[in-house]
Amino acid sequence: MTAQLLLVQALNGLQFGILLFLVAAGLTLVFGVMDVINLAHGVQYMLGAYLGASLAAATGSFWLGLLLALPATLACGLLLELLVFRHLYDRDHLAQVLATFGVILTLNEAVTLLWGSAPLQVATPALLEGGVTLMPGLQYPLYRLAILAAGLATAGLLWLLVEHTRAGALLRAGASNRPMLAALGVDTGRLFLLVFGLGAMLAGFAGAMAAPILSVEPGMGDSVLILAFVVIVIGGIGSVRGAFLAALLVGLVEVLGRSLLPDLMRLVLAPSPARQAGASIGSMLVYIAMALILAVRPRGLFPARAG
Amino acid sequence: MPASRRAATLPLLLFALLAAAPFLGLGEGWMMTLLARGMILGLAALSLWLVVGGAGLVSLGHAAMLGIGAYAVVALDEARITEALVVAPAAIGAAALFALLTGAVALRTAGVPFIMITLAFGQMAFFTAASLAFYGGDDGYTLYARSTLAGGRWLENRLGFHYLCLALLAGAFLFCHLLLASRFGRVLRAARENPLRVQAVGFSPYPYRLLAYGIAGGMAGLAGFLLANATEFVAPSFLAWQRSGELLFMVILGGLGSPFGAVLGALALLLLEEGLGHLTPHWRLLLGPLLVLAVLFLRGGLVGLPAQLAGTRRHG
Repeated sequence: MTAQLLLVQALNGLQFGILLFLVAAGLTLVFGVMDVINLAHGVQYMLGAYLGASLAAATGSFWLGLLLALPATLACGLLLELLVFRHLYDRDHLAQVLATFGVILTLNEAVTLLWGSAPLQVATPALLEGGVTLMPGLQYPLYRLAILAAGLATAGLLWLLVEHTRAGALLRAGASNRPMLAALGVDTGRLFLLVFGLGAMLAGFAGAMAAPILSVEPGMGDSVLILAFVVIVIGGIGSVRGAFLAALLVGLVEVLGRSLLPDLMRLVLAPSPARQAGASIGSMLVYIAMALILAVRPRGLFPARAG
Repeated sequence: MPASRRAATLPLLLFALLAAAPFLGLGEGWMMTLLARGMILGLAALSLWLVVGGAGLVSLGHAAMLGIGAYAVVALDEARITEALVVAPAAIGAAALFALLTGAVALRTAGVPFIMITLAFGQMAFFTAASLAFYGGDDGYTLYARSTLAGGRWLENRLGFHYLCLALLAGAFLFCHLLLASRFGRVLRAARENPLRVQAVGFSPYPYRLLAYGIAGGMAGLAGFLLANATEFVAPSFLAWQRSGELLFMVILGGLGSPFGAVLGALALLLLEEGLGHLTPHWRLLLGPLLVLAVLFLRGGLVGLPAQLAGTRRHG
């Protein structure tokens, strides 16, 4: 029984981790390559969920909605880059923090205005409804497994792009030493536009995929954003590989900590304080892990920047 | 006019305005509440400025200090101790102690890792506060009464509370100025500009930064004491990272160049929110673009505005 519970929670943790990775990948590239702190990245995840949900409702097909959400979030990302971010590249980090906070306020409110503040419900597509029997007496939702698979496939594609294409080489070069890349004659303006659009699309894809298992509501990106920052800092800023491993780690720690610690604490404490202490320490675990990792390795597990 | 005297003119003007506010037709209940809140957040932003502007370290966990100050009021209220002369030092001490303990670890890093470690400690404090069942847990805690001052119920009086907040804000502002001008402040600022050179001259930045971080924590604890008394209610949301973010936005909006920026930024953001809120329920749709425009066009924050205007006039 406990082994089954552990397996289910571990799968939930991996699936949450993979969604975190899709958000964090764009964030780490934007931060690593462009040296921009983009607080508004979580908003792009929210936009993906909303656009996916309404496009699915408009076309009558979840799959068409998901497919159309990709170019739609890409367009949103490109528009934001042209309107706001382009003017922030040569500014200090704090100016970027305030400006992107302004973008969050604007887009959260715009979403409330357009779709209302009540959470949207998105139905699981018929093809992926129901569960899979993992072992006798243990069912796991098929849709969650599909998210895990889609996320892993996307991570694989991203790895191919970053490690084995010319654009990927430029990305890695940009994360390692940006002034040198510009000095070698690379059009960094175009590279930045590409990175930003790609990041926005990945976050949007994560949002659209997560829509059926989460409540789609204004501000849903904010909580993901802070965990995505934890992921990229643990992984090492600018490193996609680091973000992948850190995202899985954070996802597992977050889900397993929150679900198992209250039970574990019961071994040493009375039930009521055990639940209290377990819940709060479970929520803290990610941050404790981050503080420990940063105290030992301030540049994260896989630092991308040279020198 | 010499630069130093011009730098003192604006703060004096603002504090005089705040002192006169109750007699300028702003004495209504909600306005006084808003102004008191502005001054308290101004004090909290000022303490954050000491870390961000003074020491050059960006913290995203400052709301924890504010919240610990507020929870010190709660703990003493539960024990039926309401004398401000006991409660306020306890709030300052608790927050300063937390700052010194967490700062000792966090200050081993700088830059982005420092932001994230302070966030981590802030989140730990937040989840701890949420699990304190005997202080209401997630739901928060309603104070039995405001603190008394030397046995008298001065803080219940709206005008009295207004002037208490103003006096503490002005005092803290003066203190920040003196601190930065002192030998301690010079080392702190030098370490912000170039830590390597400071080390070469023979100073270690670490103890200076740690002390500054502790002082900032104590000031934020004092703001927490005032905030708990202003709202007569304390909840874990006081310590949420969004609160830390808000304080940081106030400091940046005001401008990092001088401690006055933090006070100005806090009041400006609060009054702007309130003013836009009167115009439309969707005020964030206006505030968001305003913040973006402020970043794009106000290079030195709000305090830099006069100099920027003068510069444009001269060149244009």
